[in-house]
Amino acid sequence: MKRISSFRRTRIAGPILVVAALFTIGTAFGVASALPGAQTPMTTGTSTLVSQGKAIFLRGCSSCHGLHAEGGSIAPSLIGVGSAAVDFQVGTGRMPMADMSQQAMQKKPLYNPQETAALAAYVASLAPGPSSVTNESLAYERDGNSALGGQLFRTNCAMCHNFAGQGGALTNGKYAPSLMGVTPKIIYEAMITGPQSMPKFTDATITPQQKLSIIKWLQAANHEQNQGGASLGRVGPVTEGLLGWVLGLGLLIGAAVWLAMKAK
Amino acid sequence: MKPTQKAAGAAANYVDERTGAAKWLKKNLTKVFPDHWSFMLGEIALYSFIILLLTGTFLTFWFDPSQREVIYNGSYLPLNGLHMSAAYDSTLRLSFDVRGGLLMRQIHHWSALIFMSAIVAHLFRVFFTGAFRKPREFNWLIGVGLLTFGIVEGFLGYSLPDDLLSGTGIRIAEAILQAIPVVGSYLSFFAFGGAFPGTAFIPRIFIVHVLLLPGLFLALITIHLMLVWYQKHTQYPGPGRTEKNVVGYPLMPVYMAKAGGFFFVVFGVTAFLGAVASINPIWLVGPYTPGQISAGSQPDWYMGWLDGLVRAAPPLETHAFGHTISWNILIPGLILPGILFTGMALYPFIESWFTGDKREHHLLDRPRNAPNRTALGVTSIVFILITIVNGGNDIIATHFHLTINGIMWFTRVGLFVIPPIAFVVTKRVCLSLQRSDRDLVLHGRETGRLVMMPNGEMLEVHEPLSDAKKWTLTQHQRPEALAAPLPASATVGLKGKLRARMNRAHATQIPAPTLTDLKELGEGHH
Repeated sequence: MKRISSFRRTRIAGPILVVAALFTIGTAFGVASALPGAQTPMTTGTSTLVSQGKAIFLRGCSSCHGLHAEGGSIAPSLIGVGSAAVDFQVGTGRMPMADMSQQAMQKKPLYNPQETAALAAYVASLAPGPSSVTNESLAYERDGNSALGGQLFRTNCAMCHNFAGQGGALTNGKYAPSLMGVTPKIIYEAMITGPQSMPKFTDATITPQQKLSIIKWLQAANHEQNQGGASLGRVGPVTEGLLGWVLGLGLLIGAAVWLAMKAK
Repeated sequence: MKPTQKAAGAAANYVDERTGAAKWLKKNLTKVFPDHWSFMLGEIALYSFIILLLTGTFLTFWFDPSQREVIYNGSYLPLNGLHMSAAYDSTLRLSFDVRGGLLMRQIHHWSALIFMSAIVAHLFRVFFTGAFRKPREFNWLIGVGLLTFGIVEGFLGYSLPDDLLSGTGIRIAEAILQAIPVVGSYLSFFAFGGAFPGTAFIPRIFIVHVLLLPGLFLALITIHLMLVWYQKHTQYPGPGRTEKNVVGYPLMPVYMAKAGGFFFVVFGVTAFLGAVASINPIWLVGPYTPGQISAGSQPDWYMGWLDGLVRAAPPLETHAFGHTISWNILIPGLILPGILFTGMALYPFIESWFTGDKREHHLLDRPRNAPNRTALGVTSIVFILITIVNGGNDIIATHFHLTINGIMWFTRVGLFVIPPIAFVVTKRVCLSLQRSDRDLVLHGRETGRLVMMPNGEMLEVHEPLSDAKKWTLTQHQRPEALAAPLPASATVGLKGKLRARMNRAHATQIPAPTLTDLKELGEGHH
C-alpha cells in the first residue's frame, strides 16, 4: 500500500493514469462496437420482381415519396430516375434516410441485394431512366486510361471530392463523401444519376469510356502506396502543420528541456 | 610536452601571430550564457535554417524553375503522358528518379514548417518575458522582419513546384495584389509579366526564394546574433542574478557542446519526419492548370491565419470612378495583416510610452508578474488561432461533421468576442498566480501531511520555502516601478488619457509580502 501511495505522488503518475484510462476506454469501445448487430430478416416475395419491389416501396418508401412515387413536399419524385439511382441510394444505405438531416448519409443498407434489385425494378418500370450496372460489367481495367482519368477527375470532381478523392465540405453541412473504398459500380451510378448535391454527368459531358478512366484512376489511387511515409490523411497542409507543431516542435522542445536540465 | 601538443601550439602560434585571434578568443570563448530551455527556441530556428540551406542547395541541382510546357514521361505512371510545366516535371523527377530526392524534399519542407513554428515560439518567449524591452528593441524589430520574410519565403517555396496547390496559392496572391486600389492590376501585370499565370512568375520567385531572401536571412540573423552577443543574453530572475551580471555557463566548452549537440538533434528530428511522414505529395495533387481546383486547398500553417481572415470576410465591394474596390480581399488580405504586423513591430515602443519606463532591463519578467502584457499576448494568440481554425474550416467541417457556414459565422462573431474574453481571463489568472505566490511565501508549501492536534483539530503541515525560492517569487518590481506614475502634463487630452489608462492597467498587481506581513503572521502559525 505504501508503495502505491508514494507512486501516486510522483510526477509521472498522472500521465500514466491518463494513458491507462484511454487504453481501457478504447479497448472497451472496440469490443463493444465489434459485437454483431441485429440482422434484418429476409422478406420472401411470391410475385414478380416488380410487384415485389412495389410492395417494399409501399411499405418503406411511400410515406415520403408518395404512393405512386410521384414525390411530395419532403422528397423528390422517383419517376424516371431509373434503376441506377435506386441501386446507388438504397444499395449504399443512404435511403431510407435515418432523419431529415442535411444529406443522406452512407450507412449499413437496410435492404438486402434482392430487395434492392426488386425496388430498382419497380422504379425502373415507372418510366425509363439510367440503368444500374454491375462491377463485372465495367471493364475499366481494359478500357480506361489512368492518366486521362486523373486529369478528368481533377477537372470535374476534385473541387468537391479533393485531389485524392478524400472528400470535402460543401455549404451548410453538406459534404462530398470520400471515394476511398467505394466500388466501381457505385461511382459509375453516382456519375450517371447525380445524387444529392452532385451534378449529373451524362454520356454527352463525360463519355462512358472517360467514366471508366476516372474509375480506373480512383481505384489506383485507392491502392496507391504512400510514397514518402505516412499519408497524414491526404488532405494537404492542415495535418502537416499540426504534425509539425505537435511532433516536430514538441520533440525539439522536449530535447531543449532535457539539454537545459543536464546542466545541473 | 608531447610532440602533438607541441605541433598544435606551434600551429596556434602561427595563426595568432598573423591574426591576433588569441586575445579575442580568450575573451569570447569564456563568455557566459544563462541556461534555460526557452532560450533554445531561437536556436531551433537557426538550426532549421541551416538545414534549409543544405537541403535547398541539393534541390536546386535538379529543380528546373521554368513554366515551359513539357510532356511527363517518368516513373510515376498515373501522370504519364500529361502536359505540365518543366517545374512540376522536374519536381516529379526529383521525387521519384533522383536517389534521396524525395527524402531531401521532405526534410526541406518539414524544416520549413519547424523553422516557422520555432520563430513563433521564440517570439512568444521574448514577448511574454519582456525580453524586448530596452536595450533590445532593435533586435525585436529584426525578429519581426525575420518572421515576415519567413512567411514570404515559405509561401514562395510552396509555390515553386507548380502543382495544383501551388497554383491555387499564387492565384490567391494575385487576387490580393489586384485588390490594391488603382495600382493593383498594374502591379499584377508587373509581377506576372502579363496575364496570370504566364511564364515569368516561377523563374522570378525562384531567384527570390534561393538567392535574395536567403541572403537577407543570413544578414539579419548575423545582426540578430551579434546584438545578442554584444548586449548579452537576458536571464530569468533568481538569487544572485541582477541587472548587471549574467549567471550561467561559459561558451567553451559547455555551450559549444550543447549547441553543437542540439544542432544534430534538430537535424535528427527533421530527418525523422522527412523519413516517416509524407509532406506535400505533389504527385497526388497533380499539375497546375487554371481550370482546376481541389476541395480543401490550404496554405502551409503560417499562412493559414491570412487564408482564414479572407475566408471570414463578407462579400463587400464598391464601384467608384471606374474602379472596383474589393473590401472583402483588401481588408483581410492587406489592411488587417498590416495593422497586426505594425502593432507587433511597434509594441516595445508603445509599452515604453505608456509605462514611462526608459530603464535597461536584463532580468526577464515572469509572465504572471506583467499581467497586462501577458493578457495582451494571449489575446493576440487567440485572435490568430481563431483565424487559423477558419483557414482550415473545410477540413474541420468534414472531419468533425460540422457545417462550414457555422464555422465561418463562429469566426466572424468570435474574432470580436473571444479575444476580449481571453484578455480578461488571462489577466485574472495572472493575478491569481501572483496571489498564490504570495501565499506560498507567507505560508509555505502544502505538504499534504495532516496532523491531528490533541484537541481533535486537523491541520495540514506547511513547509516553509527556501530563501532562494522566496527571493525568486518576490524579487519582481513593484507597481510604481512596473509603470512609472506619469507627470500630470502627460495625461492631458485624448492621447494623454489613453496613456494614463494603459499605464494604470499595466501597473495592476497583487502586493508582494513585506517584512511586516511576515512578522504579523508570527512564529507559531501553522
